[in-house]
Amino acid sequence: MADEQRPRPVFRNIHVTDIVAYRLPPAGWVSILHRISGALLFVLLPFLVWLLDVSLTSEISYERFTNAFIAGVGFMPAFLIKLVVFALIWAYLHHFIAGVRHLWMDATHSVSQSQGHLSALITLGSSLLLTLVLGAKLFGLY
Amino acid sequence: MSDTNYGSKRLVVGAHYGLRDWLSQRVTAALMALYTLLLVVQLLFGPKLGYVRWASIFSQQWMRFASFVVVVALAWHAWVGMRDIWMDYIKPVGLRLALQVLTIVWLVGCAGWAVQVLWRL
Repeated sequence: MADEQRPRPVFRNIHVTDIVAYRLPPAGWVSILHRISGALLFVLLPFLVWLLDVSLTSEISYERFTNAFIAGVGFMPAFLIKLVVFALIWAYLHHFIAGVRHLWMDATHSVSQSQGHLSALITLGSSLLLTLVLGAKLFGLY
Repeated sequence: MSDTNYGSKRLVVGAHYGLRDWLSQRVTAALMALYTLLLVVQLLFGPKLGYVRWASIFSQQWMRFASFVVVVALAWHAWVGMRDIWMDYIKPVGLRLALQVLTIVWLVGCAGWAVQVLWRL
């Protein structure tokens, strides 16, 4: 009976505002960025479906699709669209690679501190590198 | 213990919600990763990419099949993930419920739109 009066324990998650205050190890960065990139992809999902729509529906709409990256769409200038797509490229790549890291850890039980540290650094590095390579293409650097 | 296990003292354990979400999150992720690789391979090899080749990739019957599965997998995956986010950060029950309902509306709407795009090709 007495234990009914005891307040329930609260297990705090790392809140967005805590990110700046905490010194996170690489695996912690991968984890919180996995969550942020997932949320970003969720919020911008209609934009992604719109891109799919205009790129696939007809040759005329395909023209609108390519033009969005040259002249913009409506009130959105092309630069802003490229910036959003750039963010989405990073979000997809980070979420993808961090997800594969999860599957790999589940399958091989590679959960020692050093393995987690190394795979986190590989995740952060490869997603950023691929983002820069694809982003350079997006902004017409090659 | 077990014969008084009801009412306010009911033990709410053993529903396996955690395992189900954990497993569905991984299965849907694996499907989406596989689909991504299939799409990238088709984009990398072939003639110069324009509307005709882009549209022909998605109009193949097996790609329609795969795309539909992946749209469903994505909606499911995003639901589990967003539900986790709301459960972690949003404590007021009413607000959390409202956000969860909006999440489902958002995902079902986007999934329907994507399927419409894919199936009218």
